[in-house]
Amino acid sequence: MSRTNVLELEQVTKTYGSQPPVHALRGVSFTVRSGELVAIVGPSGSGKSTLLHILGTLDRPSGGTVRIDGEDVATLTDRRLAALRARSIGFVFQQFHLSEHTTVLENVADGLLYGGVAPAERRERAAEALIRVGLADRAGFRPGALSGGQRQRVAIARALVGRPAIVLADEPTGNLDSKTGAAIIELLHELNADGATILVITHDSGLAARLPRQLHVLDGRIVADSAARPMEDA
Amino acid sequence: MRLSDQLRVAGIGIRARRLRAALSALGIAIGTAAIVAVLGLSASSQAGLLAQIDRLGTNLLTANTGQSFTGGAAQLPVAAPQRISHLPDVEHVAHAGAIENTNVYRSPLIPVVETNALKVRAASLNLPEVIGTSVAQGRWLNPATERQPVTVLGALAAQRLGIDRVYPGQRIWLKNQWFYVAGILKPATLSTDIDTSALIGYPAAERYLSYATVDKGKAVAGPPTTVYVRARTDKVESVQGVLAQTANPESPSDVDVSQPSDALTARAAAKGAFNSLFLGLGLVALIVGAVGVANIMIISVLERRSEIGLRRALGATRGQIRTQFLSEAVMLALLGGVAGVAAGALTTAIYASTKGWAVVIPVQAWVGGIGAAIVIGAIAGLLPALRAARLSPTEALRTL
Repeated sequence: MSRTNVLELEQVTKTYGSQPPVHALRGVSFTVRSGELVAIVGPSGSGKSTLLHILGTLDRPSGGTVRIDGEDVATLTDRRLAALRARSIGFVFQQFHLSEHTTVLENVADGLLYGGVAPAERRERAAEALIRVGLADRAGFRPGALSGGQRQRVAIARALVGRPAIVLADEPTGNLDSKTGAAIIELLHELNADGATILVITHDSGLAARLPRQLHVLDGRIVADSAARPMEDA
Repeated sequence: MRLSDQLRVAGIGIRARRLRAALSALGIAIGTAAIVAVLGLSASSQAGLLAQIDRLGTNLLTANTGQSFTGGAAQLPVAAPQRISHLPDVEHVAHAGAIENTNVYRSPLIPVVETNALKVRAASLNLPEVIGTSVAQGRWLNPATERQPVTVLGALAAQRLGIDRVYPGQRIWLKNQWFYVAGILKPATLSTDIDTSALIGYPAAERYLSYATVDKGKAVAGPPTTVYVRARTDKVESVQGVLAQTANPESPSDVDVSQPSDALTARAAAKGAFNSLFLGLGLVALIVGAVGVANIMIISVLERRSEIGLRRALGATRGQIRTQFLSEAVMLALLGGVAGVAAGALTTAIYASTKGWAVVIPVQAWVGGIGAAIVIGAIAGLLPALRAARLSPTEALRTL
């Protein structure tokens, strides 16, 4: 079974400021293959957020190479990066980031807004994505009328609607109680089983342990990668 | 990104904060309303005046005594009105003679210096119909009363003498004798000097005021100082060309020929020149409105950092973020502009209809009003939009 690499990092570094410089990442290398469900876990200040920004092309690395879906990010212009985000990357945030001024369906459809998809098709695909996260009956609601868990499902639907190469979830259960959080992790498992590649950034090692592969980050370095074991054993 | 999507995204920002949007658009609305109302009102009053001129007719010509070649006062021949009436294409001729050094008072008790700037004129019997007026009260002179000490007052003359009603036996003091007031005329728009006159018949003028001149060896009443001529509407110019020679063949240059509707048309044009003070105020309101929009947009960018971050994460380019905030500002200003044009047009319509004018909103008023709003919105939104676009996505998301 041959799987392509959707994410390749080679000796990625990131340094902020100059006096004194802050080394957020000190040479990170790892690879994520299509169809994986990976946790990046580490305490706050370990460099997870910086890593998320670089993986999401919201920020550029100071050194090293990042390849997303086979494209070297360093060679892309700002405009091409935006197009890459629109096409290949889906984001799920701790704070959901849903617009209160439109419906759940429109919120999900906005995931395709910058990808050049026609409005009618956007809504059609948004409705499908809502079915996948089990919220088809809430399509016409405002996000404010939903529970926290339901809101995070909407955000996940928005991340998935463009069928991106990779979904980046930043503390997706951070604002949820443990039971709802567990349901969200369950959903991520199901979506992964359907073929989605998902990367979860978390400080919660208990949550990380429930995912097939964990990358432990500490002081800007990967200190442990559970994929060092052959995956067939998992 | 499609235009419809751009508009929808820009609209969400406005709909999300309705009260704030309404207040910031208000300044622009007031400015546009002021400008549209000023332009609309001046155009409507102009249209009203032109309609009035049309009603009164543009075919009235006057021949006045001018100045002689030597600079002294000239005189029209007594026979001038009759000669003019023989011209082809002349429909009606009337005439009046201003009687110098004669004043009119309400009673002999009024000090002599209080003349009220009124004049006494001898008038031909067909004068009112030729100059396009009629009696407001009482009667006009007739072949009997024109021989008697009887007068008809012009509209302003009656007002200045304090006579608002005609009743039998009412008199005014005219050159040391009583004249009975027979009637009061309506305002004569085409020849306003009649308004400030006390009009009497030529025979009465000769008999009681010694207003006479010598013609062909005998004394006759006169001379007339103004001849009023109604020409056929399509021949006004040719009549005007020969009027001076006909009135005074011996020295045509002593006669001033004019077309009173010309002066009125010029006045209409002057009314069309809008009130620059109010236009200036409207402009100031527009600028204040622009500052309001800019202010609201800057606050909006600060407040909506997370939305900007999210949109960048969803794949929006800097240009798309810039366009979003710019079109939001333009839309805000446009709403204000449209509301302002509507308010200005409504004001004009209400005022013009109370005055009985046609409602005229010049195209340049509402096109200009809306255009100015768009330009102002674009200028006001530019800086905030650039700021929003410059914001880095990580910074935008970090504030959460």
